[in-house]
Amino acid sequence: MTPSTITGQRSDDAATELLAADPAATQQRGRRARPRPRRRLGTIALFLAPALVLFLLLVITPIVVAGYASMYKWNGFGLPENFVGIDNFTRAFEDPTFLGDLWRAFVLIGLSLLIQLPVSLGLAMLLNQKLKGRGVYRVIFFAPYVLSEVTTAVLFTLVFSPNRGLGDTLSKWLGADAGAIFADPDTVLFALFLVISWKYFGFHMILYLAGRQGIPQELTEAATTDGASAWQVFRHVTLPLLGPTIRISVFLSVIGSIQLFDMVWVLTGGGPIHASETMAVTMFDRGFRRFEVGYASAISIIMFVLSFVFALFYQRFVLRRDTEGAITNRGVQR
Amino acid sequence: MTAHLSRRTLLGIAGAGAGAYLLSACGSDEPSTPDGPQTINWWHIQNTEPMLPVWAAIAKEYETAHTNVKVVIQPLENEAFKAKLTTATQAGSPPDLFQSWGGGVLKQQVDAGLVKDITADVQPWIGSLLPASVQPFTIDGKIYGVPFDVGMVGFWYNKDLFAKAGITATPTSWAELLTTVSTIKSKGIVPIALAGKEKWPGHFYWAYLAMRIGGLGALQQAAKDNNFDTPDFIAAGTRLKELVDLQPFQKGFLGAEYGSPDGQAATMGNGGAALELMGQWAPSVQASSSTSKKGLGDKLGYFAFPAVEGGKGSVAEAFGGGNGFVLGKNAPASTVDFLKTLLDVANQRKSAATGAVLPTVKDAADAIKDPNSKVVAASLASATGFQLFLDQAYPPAVGQQVNDSVAELIAGSKTPEQIVKDITKVAKSQ
Repeated sequence: MTPSTITGQRSDDAATELLAADPAATQQRGRRARPRPRRRLGTIALFLAPALVLFLLLVITPIVVAGYASMYKWNGFGLPENFVGIDNFTRAFEDPTFLGDLWRAFVLIGLSLLIQLPVSLGLAMLLNQKLKGRGVYRVIFFAPYVLSEVTTAVLFTLVFSPNRGLGDTLSKWLGADAGAIFADPDTVLFALFLVISWKYFGFHMILYLAGRQGIPQELTEAATTDGASAWQVFRHVTLPLLGPTIRISVFLSVIGSIQLFDMVWVLTGGGPIHASETMAVTMFDRGFRRFEVGYASAISIIMFVLSFVFALFYQRFVLRRDTEGAITNRGVQR
Repeated sequence: MTAHLSRRTLLGIAGAGAGAYLLSACGSDEPSTPDGPQTINWWHIQNTEPMLPVWAAIAKEYETAHTNVKVVIQPLENEAFKAKLTTATQAGSPPDLFQSWGGGVLKQQVDAGLVKDITADVQPWIGSLLPASVQPFTIDGKIYGVPFDVGMVGFWYNKDLFAKAGITATPTSWAELLTTVSTIKSKGIVPIALAGKEKWPGHFYWAYLAMRIGGLGALQQAAKDNNFDTPDFIAAGTRLKELVDLQPFQKGFLGAEYGSPDGQAATMGNGGAALELMGQWAPSVQASSSTSKKGLGDKLGYFAFPAVEGGKGSVAEAFGGGNGFVLGKNAPASTVDFLKTLLDVANQRKSAATGAVLPTVKDAADAIKDPNSKVVAASLASATGFQLFLDQAYPPAVGQQVNDSVAELIAGSKTPEQIVKDITKVAKSQ
């Protein structure tokens, strides 16, 4: 445990410096930290101020304003005056479209965790082998991630264009009909998931690949020497050591699903008949199409709370063991 | 899956309105005399040929004639305009002269005190315009804007495909339309092109049916009572269902856009469907989105939305809308005069000659070249009643709900009875 203790010590010092701007914190940690000269406090405040002001103005203020607006029935013109309390929130949880959004987010998360991430993991393991031209494969698989969501969406609109698209033509050779995949309420969500996976599997693959290469060769070699099969090596050595990477990848995937907007907006607009609508799409429609800014703010607050609560719980219960000693060093000291 | 439009961006957008409102308190007022130096900020959405240079030339001429006036033009793409105007109006500082479709959105702007009542200023010359065109810009008896373009929705059909299906006469009743559609389909031709993804083209069917069944009065009454749960509106849905049950639309229509290369207009322009229900702009969009860039040319015909048996509405009643300009609350004094210049006969002729505008000034109608546009203009001039697009006439939330609900009806997920209840619920909540 020596190396991690050293890391903890270092980051602790850095944290103390940051906290030094706060007199209370300095007081609390006074026994350990040397008192700083006033001149240095001024410097810290000076350099911290721009970032702090921007953060307050562009992150905290909008959250507060949206929270305020969410308690009014407001069309966005003038100042909100018609206070309705939590009506917008109760309305959201009675709105079939919004409830559908929650269900669809749940489905997308489920599909991502059960299909997209395992496939990415498999590919990463494959491309970690000594394969001919594996560098080329890595680049090809990662390439879709470089495209913007809008570009991806336009691309797939063309591919699955009925009667004209490449996907439509190819699927006809196979005796299927993929041309209407985005136009059928029963298939659109799955189609959307395919596009999301196409764009993001490379990203997760690179994460896993990087994580896999951080695992010392000696460990797998030792396991093999002890007679472990390839599967056993993967199951009992590689997978546990990839834990931190997988946990981060799951986290990004879930948060991404909750906030999904650009791709859906361009690809399907949330349709047909809301079958691919997400919370962000509903929020945009209510706020900018219907001018129900109060209600749209309520939806954005719900999205925020969902993401925030998930992030907190995930940090607390899942990521804690990965970050322990690095960020949460207090636990170590006690 | 990391979305690029992050939570904080979205929240930022949500908060922008209120934040900007506070900043807007710093705005200054323009001088109120027409002779002092002044600047007119003008936002329009004719951001492409052929109308872009026409507007620019008119503004230039006006500046030469009135040396104290400067016209600053901001041409914007339709969707970009809506987003930008939303921010500007929510901030309480609208441009001096800007695009409007009238109706429910204009009413919200009027209620918020963002636009100018110009009833008295335009009184001397507003009579030269088609009365139907001014209606969407008249709110509670007061005029807030002047239209430069007006049109109506009707069926556009491919004469070749009709001939191929052996159809010689265009349908004049709903029953005949259904027969026509069945006949076309039986010949292996796609009867109707529809952009299901955009929803608004679908609402034309339901609105027109409601007009033909219940008459204009039914639509006005519904707007007044916020009640669409009436036998007439249910009947409109039932009739539309009769059409939908024939499966007349092109493959994948629920995902189709209107103006994209595989959308509704392109399907028509490439000869892929026999009919579409669309506004006066249909021929030009068909042409520009078709593979040949020429569209159907003289193979394209037009007929009015047919009557419904036993309905109270008349075939002479038109459903449509147009484009106009309204004045922001801080517009300088000469803005009305500039608007008058935009709408004089000579300038309306110039606009009409481009083929992109159907003039609202009656005397400029002779400048329309396209034969189909002439038919539309003539039907509109002789129309006995006029109804603005429902998604513009009603408050935005109600209009969008109409679009959503009709889309659900067409997709088969809701019944005619359910959609009138959904629309009524939203209307009542406004």
